[in-house]
Amino acid sequence: MSWFQKMLPPKINRRGGEEAKKNVPEGLWFKCPSCQTVLYHTDLEKNLDVCPTCSHHHRISARARLNALLDSEGRFEIGTEVQPVDTLKFKDQKRYTDRLTASQKSTGEDDALVVMQGNIQSVPVVAAVFEFSFMGGSMGSVVGERFVRGVQVALEQRCPFVCFAASGGARMQEGLLSLMQMAKTCAALTQLSQEKLPFISVLTDPTMGGVSASFAFMGDVVIAEPGALIGFAGARVIQQTVRETLPEGFQRAEFLLEHGAVDMIVDRREMRKQLATLITLLQKQAAVESEAA
Amino acid sequence: MKLTFLDFEQPIADLEGKIEQLSKMHDDSAALDISDEISRLQEKSSALLKDTYAKLTPWQISQVSRHPQRPYTLDYVQHLFTDFQELHGDRTYADDAAIVGGLARFNGQSVMVIGHQKGRDTKERQFRNFGMPRPEGYRKALRLMKLAEKFGIPILTFVDTPGAYPGVGAEERGQSEAIGHNLFEMAELRTPLICTIIGEGGSGGALAIAVGDVTLMLQYATYSVISPEGCASILWKSADKAPDAAETLGITATRLKSLGLVDKIVAEPQGGAHRDYPAAMQTVKKALQDALKQVQGKTSDELLQARFNRLMSYGKFKEIEIQAA
Repeated sequence: MSWFQKMLPPKINRRGGEEAKKNVPEGLWFKCPSCQTVLYHTDLEKNLDVCPTCSHHHRISARARLNALLDSEGRFEIGTEVQPVDTLKFKDQKRYTDRLTASQKSTGEDDALVVMQGNIQSVPVVAAVFEFSFMGGSMGSVVGERFVRGVQVALEQRCPFVCFAASGGARMQEGLLSLMQMAKTCAALTQLSQEKLPFISVLTDPTMGGVSASFAFMGDVVIAEPGALIGFAGARVIQQTVRETLPEGFQRAEFLLEHGAVDMIVDRREMRKQLATLITLLQKQAAVESEAA
Repeated sequence: MKLTFLDFEQPIADLEGKIEQLSKMHDDSAALDISDEISRLQEKSSALLKDTYAKLTPWQISQVSRHPQRPYTLDYVQHLFTDFQELHGDRTYADDAAIVGGLARFNGQSVMVIGHQKGRDTKERQFRNFGMPRPEGYRKALRLMKLAEKFGIPILTFVDTPGAYPGVGAEERGQSEAIGHNLFEMAELRTPLICTIIGEGGSGGALAIAVGDVTLMLQYATYSVISPEGCASILWKSADKAPDAAETLGITATRLKSLGLVDKIVAEPQGGAHRDYPAAMQTVKKALQDALKQVQGKTSDELLQARFNRLMSYGKFKEIEIQAA
């Protein structure tokens, strides 16, 4: 360490470290695309990436969501040993391996699902959260396997399983192996169901294709975040097929609620409380004490 | 019925055209003996057919799998089963003609047959919605599967769809939920389930009736997470790259067998199932008999455990050692 670095106060010093570099936000200011309000980045983060002005739910990273969801004590990550491989030697304009590396670099995750055992207001759960920034949250072999390992821990611990979906669908780069993850994840959930352990499925923006058409709607309770895009086929594909304009608000959470597809829409800032309430109700446990906001 | 040739079969089509012309001349004038010439051309044509089909690319196979004269579910029903009793409707909304199902006998034994159904002419194609089911189709399929389970009847499914229908109504009525629900229920259905991919295995729309104990796949069928055209237009931004997408997606029976996702490849007659229905039916019948024999000796607990283990084995990944922090 040079004499100059030694002179710097510790706070400034730390900023030069490798760790800190990753955490520096790209821009300090952020314009909400929904209401055009210019927000200070940390204010948005503090508000769980929900716009304080218009309540627009921006996409949130898997880690940030888990941080907001689980009690800080007693967290344990599941399935980190499971890592992606390029079985098909898939190559379009880019190689699959290159896409994986790029996503790993930009997100800091090694695939599109983060699974953690922990507590929500002292209620034990296993939570699986999709990282949409990792190849569009697409489901390949690793996502499927981590999901299953999460369910297995829930079975062993006899606790509920909660999944936050944010995905464009099955991962094309793993071909039919990805499609089979739809069957695999659903099969794992049958065990949870046989053991009468709750599965709560939270659909966030976006939940489409093979993820939507597998475990996402199999929740004992299905929750959607406000404004989330949820559906089987993409709007463009539908428009090309039917050649008519799509109804207002088509495939949005509110549209799904109206059509009876989801149980409720829950604001992200209320999610933790809401999940604790639902789980304790389902498991016939006493209400959790409300915590200070 | 006049045989329809695919683009890549054009040289064979030309030869066959010549043979037909010569045969006509031969029939018209007894004086002219050109039978040698005809049989020489016939030999040449069948050699060319054999040669072409020996080295089909995945994209060409995908065209064969969609051949307009390829046997569809109801053709199998007609040839392989007796006493077919079609059962209609999902009891909630409608009867979806893109999926057919019903009770039937296979070698005298009661079975439940369920399959996608495409149409042969414009009118029927519209009626069958090109074999693209809506939620009510999947819900009908599930209803019939539960019925089969109740009476301990094995289920045979025939898969042949471009995919689940992407429409406004389908979304409004829960296309995703309908497919997901089938996947969930099929994993724990207490009766044997044998799935045969006979044509196009189009993504989730195919899988929704294809989770079972044995997966058979016809030699020139395809099974894929997305159509080659769809994949090309997303990843290459051009549907013209479909042949490349077909290659890399690994959609053919041989590729999927090597990945362990298909149990048995059912050989097709020379030049594809559409050229010889009776021969194609015979090999499918044999494969179904073998598959049934394989699963029927098991108790339902054994069956379910084996099915579960099979589903859990799907996927390719590596496991690394995690160092304790």
